Amino acid sequence: MDEVRRLSAEVVVIGGGSTGCGVARDAAMRGFSTILVERADLAQGTSGRFHGLLHSGARYAVSDPESATECCVENRILKRIQPDAIEPTGGWFVALEGDGPDYSDKFLRAMERNGLPHEEVRLALARRLEPRLTRRAVQVISVDDAAVDGWALALGTVRSALEYGARVLRYTEVKGIGLTGGRTSTVHCRDRRSGEDFVIEAGFIINAAGPWVGRVATLLGIEDVTVEPAQGIMVAVSQRLVSRVLNRLRYPGDGDIMVPAQTVSIIGTTDAPASDPDRLVMPRDKIQQMLDCGEALVPGFRQARGLHCWVGARPLIRDDSVKPAETRKMRRGMFIFDHASRDGVEGMLSVAGGKLTTYRLMAQEVVDQMCLKLGSPRRCRTASEPVPPPPTDHFVAGQVTKPGAGAEAPEIEQPDWPISPAGRQRPTGPRHITDRLAEAESTRADDQIICECELVSRRALVSALRRHPDDSLDDLRRRLRIGMGPCQGGFCAARSAGIACQEDAWSAGQAVAALRLFLRNRWIGQQPLVYGELLKQIALDNWMLYGTLGLEQLPASQEVVL
Amino acid sequence: MNLSPTLAGHALARASLDACVKCGICETRCPVMAATPLFPGPKFVGPQAERFRQGLSVDRSLDYCSGCGTCTLVCPQGVKIAELNAQARAVMKAHHMPLRDRLLGRTVLMGKVMSPVAPLANAVLRLGPVRALADSVVGVARQAPLPVASVQSLGRWLAQRGRSRANGTEVSGPDDQTGCEPDAVGRESGAAKRGQVVFFHGCAGAYFEVETSIKAIEVLEYLGFEVLVPAQGCCGLAQQSNGLFKAASKSVLKLSRALRSAGPDLTIVSASGSCTGMLKHEARQIMGVDDPELADVSYRVRDIMEFLAELDAQGELPHSFQPVDATVPYHAPCQLKGQAMGLPALEVLSLIPGLTVTESGQACCGMAGTYGLKKEKYAIAQKVGAPVFEVFRQAGASLGLCDTETCRWQLRQGTAMRIEHPVALVHQAYGLGTCLATD
Ligand SMILES: Cc1cc2nc3c(=O)[nH]c(=O)nc-3n(C[C@H](O)[C@H](O)[C@H](O)COP(=O)(O)OP(=O)(O)OC[C@H]3O[C@@H](n4cnc5c(N)ncnc54)[C@H](O)[C@@H]3O)c2cc1C
Ligand code: SF4
Ligand code: SF4
Repeated sequence: MDEVRRLSAEVVVIGGGSTGCGVARDAAMRGFSTILVERADLAQGTSGRFHGLLHSGARYAVSDPESATECCVENRILKRIQPDAIEPTGGWFVALEGDGPDYSDKFLRAMERNGLPHEEVRLALARRLEPRLTRRAVQVISVDDAAVDGWALALGTVRSALEYGARVLRYTEVKGIGLTGGRTSTVHCRDRRSGEDFVIEAGFIINAAGPWVGRVATLLGIEDVTVEPAQGIMVAVSQRLVSRVLNRLRYPGDGDIMVPAQTVSIIGTTDAPASDPDRLVMPRDKIQQMLDCGEALVPGFRQARGLHCWVGARPLIRDDSVKPAETRKMRRGMFIFDHASRDGVEGMLSVAGGKLTTYRLMAQEVVDQMCLKLGSPRRCRTASEPVPPPPTDHFVAGQVTKPGAGAEAPEIEQPDWPISPAGRQRPTGPRHITDRLAEAESTRADDQIICECELVSRRALVSALRRHPDDSLDDLRRRLRIGMGPCQGGFCAARSAGIACQEDAWSAGQAVAALRLFLRNRWIGQQPLVYGELLKQIALDNWMLYGTLGLEQLPASQEVVL
Repeated sequence: MNLSPTLAGHALARASLDACVKCGICETRCPVMAATPLFPGPKFVGPQAERFRQGLSVDRSLDYCSGCGTCTLVCPQGVKIAELNAQARAVMKAHHMPLRDRLLGRTVLMGKVMSPVAPLANAVLRLGPVRALADSVVGVARQAPLPVASVQSLGRWLAQRGRSRANGTEVSGPDDQTGCEPDAVGRESGAAKRGQVVFFHGCAGAYFEVETSIKAIEVLEYLGFEVLVPAQGCCGLAQQSNGLFKAASKSVLKLSRALRSAGPDLTIVSASGSCTGMLKHEARQIMGVDDPELADVSYRVRDIMEFLAELDAQGELPHSFQPVDATVPYHAPCQLKGQAMGLPALEVLSLIPGLTVTESGQACCGMAGTYGLKKEKYAIAQKVGAPVFEVFRQAGASLGLCDTETCRWQLRQGTAMRIEHPVALVHQAYGLGTCLATD
């Protein structure tokens, strides 16, 4: 038998969503040698397919005061430690004609009782601040909601983990977990890009696989960690129609939140049981339902240009007190499974549930519990120490390193940000969407814009390619927002692929394969919205990409592109 | 009026940005983008940047947009690019409007101050040191083609004519600096009386380019119209293009009322090509002025050449033109093209026997209202105008034609030729005066 590569770490974290990234950061900050294993890209699971709302807690004030308070506290902490990922837009709860006063009364009482900050907004003022808000609004209450970017959040968390010595293995799937004397000892992995199988000797395992957490548990033969994946659909239109988060002031239901996320507006979401988190569907009627919900809050929403839709699965843990069909009533709070007391297996904890907003708290609690088990209590510092800011993309003259060339272990993520020995400075103030325009303005004379919709510069692209030679176009999208704007990559994807070749980062064959995969993935989220303005864009993009450039005819590389 | 993204016009224009498919056609036609790397171009400052603005115009390069409107005209998807730019500029300037932009926006004031003392004002403005002072203090480029005020305002001409008509005598129009001499004032074609039209002279037509107004009025009278000239103010275009929406909205509404006061349903004719654009669409589309009086005026207003072309289409324009044996270059101003009426001047001039008109074929002469007057834009405006100047010079004529006032100033300076409104040749061909001597 071939000798398999062996790595080792005190803590192996399975799953690179917000929770897993948070756990890796926390464990690394407490001095554990840590490896994070993610089968795809960071935050490609639920943490990249969510609504983008940094909860203030208001949504759960009535139904789940405990979650509400957690959200309220974490909201403040994250604004402080990860300002780059958050735009403090504020949020409103809006009652429409016919919504009736009983929920609003309950809501205000619950907000009061739980000490959640809120304030009534006069209707006249509300109309001035949000001119597109429906005239059917009868009551407006402002809360501390904000917009959060799941990728920026996870990448920032991971930058911090890397600074503390953690290692991050992307595109690495956990295939098995080895036991030695009733205790987990090894994590068996496959590098999905190279096909290589390898083993990590693990002192302790934290399973943070989100909706897949039950599947990972089955690797230990544990069958009853039951996740009820609850799927939700979101639809984005191509501009910000509102400046703050709008929530319906009524019992939480489908499609009652609109989030101004970066340059777009997202309406969502639905809630329906899903059997398999890998096979989520977007039924047409649900998309139409979301568009109607958008229209109810912002008349004209249906005329706005559709941008993209997606579906995510909430990692809700089976709660026997509610029927499986009633997923919205299930506890949103977090669950930590102690497999020692529960299943007699030492050395692994599973964590799931919660929300992206509470990722840090979930990480703190699970790592606290691990410390107890290891008999090594160490203080959590994630709430007080800011994560390092994203890299500024100073172009360093020279070529991008070719994949594999030189790097000792290519699958190990390099830090995005050089480690500064003398502490680090926080970037100034919270981010506003307009900051990105100001940045583009300041560099426009000496840089080229590659993704015009999202103002991504050539320099940013080249330096990302250089730091992450293994990134696919989709990974670059999550990192830089390439292809996230109205044209959905129709122009910038081909441009970026061309630049990657020019910079010797990719071969032509790789670039073609990457481009095809990227466009195929974009299409999944565009297809249900092909009407109106988007239809024209699709027609033009197809003429260019398939007609003029003949993308389907070009020879692509046989290498696996993920 | 609120200068936030709540502008009604803004909502319209902003909705239109959804239609952008990134084709880049606007970029290929934007004259400023071609002239300077300082300007990121219509697609960038328009539909792209707007998604990021949220009521904050942080991208100062936007100010390089001249507002010529070519982008909106050529965009195959109907994106209101120039309108978006104008709105974003208004937001940008709301808090720190340079004195210069305020002054350039006050055309009536400028005309009123300058007209009675025109020789002095003209002399002073041409004086090097004074210009240098203007250059450094208010930022009007020293070399910029500033208006030359007429000795006699249109109001005085009308008043004198009224008096002399009452006395049974006619006075001729003023000699203006361009050397055109009306010599047969008051003649009519003998056509049946056709009723009344309202004449909208615009600020320049009242103070700087009085000659054009006079000729337009004379042509209309020759055709048998009774021309009413109600007291009227500025349309606010210059204020609008300098981002002063509040003042501009006030001006345009006041003007609408004034023009309507002459009588209901009358056609309003103007030889001020850019001001008609303000009344027709810009006030509504750029500033979101939604007012029934303005709407009424919008439907009734016609550019003089458009009016003549419409008469011709109805078979009501007499073709009794005397030949003008000449080749004359013509530039259709950007602000005229934006009015979606084709090129009526070319249609009408083609009726004049012997006359050959060569069109510049360029989007803009660089002036675009008051853009070319500004210090930091002067060089760009000259570069934008260069191809137009070239066509004009190549034509080997002594006279060139252009419909809007500030463009004529620009072309006069850029070509050292005499530049007239096309109505001047119609005036001549009807035998009402001599503008271009031919052998
Ligand atoms: C529709 C919807 C809207 C939501 N909106 C919001 C919101 O607005 N605000 C908010 O705070 N929260 C929201 N949430 C909740 C929030 O998104 C999730 O709670 C959070 O993202 C969960 O993160 P996670 O890391 O636990 O799971 P995930 O992000 O799913 O991460 C789990 C990771 O594990 C990886 N993995 C699985 N199996 C393996 C394996 N065998 N080997 C290696 N890796 C593996 C997966 O690839 C995945 O990346 C929303 C959820 C949904 C579904
Ligand atoms: S208005 Fe004229 S100068 Fe401005 S972007 Fe459009 S074409 Fe260019
Ligand atoms: S011409 Fe119109 S559709 Fe094309 S890039 Fe310009 S604004 Fe967009």
